[in-house]
Amino acid sequence: MVIPACRLDDLPRGESHRLETDPPVAVFHTEDGEIYAIDDTCTHQDASLADGWLEGCWVECPLHASKFDLRTGGADAPPARLPVRTHEVVIEDGVIHVVLSDAPPNLPPSCTAARLIGGSA
Amino acid sequence: MKTVAIVGASLAGLSAARSLRVQGYDGRLLVIGDESHRPYDRPPLSKEFLTGAVSEAELALETDGEDLGAEWILGARAVGLGTRDRTVRLADDREVRADGVVIATGATARTLPGSDGLAGVHVVRTLDDARALRDDLALGGRLMVVGGGFVGAEVASTARGMGLDVTLVVAGPTPLSGVLGPDMAAAVSLLHGDHGVRLLCGTGVRGVTGGPADGSGTDRGRVTAVLLDDGRSIPADIVVAGIGATPCTGWLEGSGVALDNGVRCGTDGTTSVPGVVAVGDCAAWYDPALTDHRRIEHWTGAKERPATAVAALLSGGTAPFAPPRPPYFWSDQYGVRIQFAGHAAQADSVTVEDGDPADRSFLAVYRRAGHPVAVLGVDRTKVFTRWRRQLATAAAQAGVA
Repeated sequence: MVIPACRLDDLPRGESHRLETDPPVAVFHTEDGEIYAIDDTCTHQDASLADGWLEGCWVECPLHASKFDLRTGGADAPPARLPVRTHEVVIEDGVIHVVLSDAPPNLPPSCTAARLIGGSA
Repeated sequence: MKTVAIVGASLAGLSAARSLRVQGYDGRLLVIGDESHRPYDRPPLSKEFLTGAVSEAELALETDGEDLGAEWILGARAVGLGTRDRTVRLADDREVRADGVVIATGATARTLPGSDGLAGVHVVRTLDDARALRDDLALGGRLMVVGGGFVGAEVASTARGMGLDVTLVVAGPTPLSGVLGPDMAAAVSLLHGDHGVRLLCGTGVRGVTGGPADGSGTDRGRVTAVLLDDGRSIPADIVVAGIGATPCTGWLEGSGVALDNGVRCGTDGTTSVPGVVAVGDCAAWYDPALTDHRRIEHWTGAKERPATAVAALLSGGTAPFAPPRPPYFWSDQYGVRIQFAGHAAQADSVTVEDGDPADRSFLAVYRRAGHPVAVLGVDRTKVFTRWRRQLATAAAQAGVA
């Protein structure tokens, strides 16, 4: 499935855009001018990678500081252990399109731990 | 450089080993650890590991199939360093000679007076500590947590979620007052009361008392109460001390490596001895923002700073380096995400700029003479990241200037 994300002009370098798909997808425009799309949810816990810290081809999870390689989806160190899915990006007529991956996503275990710790949830 | 010995096999030591290989070092690499375990992740030990949501296998820091070409010497405590020929002496009298040494021996948890040999009294530093606490928490009962830092607050939160009766006693005005400053610490500490944890502030702990041993061995029996400075005795079935840690640098005494509450380091991890660098909880790097040496006992520092220290080691201290990002830490309590970056102690003002502490969701910015020096986010992830980045940019510019 191909989904239009946003206009290239509306996504400056160093910025990210979150697609409210299910599961959500994050599109990044790196400082070097590359465009990448990955699953937006950290594989460790429910956090949006579009809110994370973009540096080169890596985005750091805003919560627990695992970094994901935008090119491969791989995580550099725990707490995240599984890669995020990567999606192909196509730019047509100045619009960024995301070609959704057919692979199964690696979503976090539905925040079971957070609920346990939260107690009152 | 043909042989590098890394003394310490936790996050900082592993990060140093990875950085050496990434930076092209292809010589012999030794990683020495006093625990028998391969590198594991510590933050879950005060949280999800205690509930069972995270297993021991999931704590592993090495990825599947990762091969650093290192020789692992585990269960071996370093007891001395000969700085002339950079020889690490181990407790079993073995000696390891190296061209470069990375000190990453971490810190050891402080214990409560009178707690030696008393069952039911815990610290949370190592995997073995956490296993013992996990087994005790599973029994339930009255838990007394001593200490106003992260470990104490997180254990209190976790145990409460598991249904224990929890009291948290802290010497300061509130938990986390040192790192967050008094006003924001007070706001964050409301979480404890929200979730039914009793908070006793402004009182120190004199020690613990235990029941009689059952005569079956040399043990002193089990803890029964915690004695407070104000004379009160609070009954407890389980006690956790989260009262800080001291750097593991005793083995370096007299070696010539300068020590001062940790290994005294430059802004790049270099020590007073050529060919020896230090990283992680035991290392007090010079922080230009504070114009002082400071140990940063955070996960992020242990992960990031070894790259700088290793570059200095391989280059003989001539590699250019960027100043480290401002210290960053997170804490998960009662399902709330607490994030902090920078130094609160530098601030002369704190303002809530987003959200409301009454909703337990807010962002606060700490400033000194109008310039941001620290930021606190409570369930405010996106805007926190933006502020954290801004702080880092400002710090980098100050470092260049």
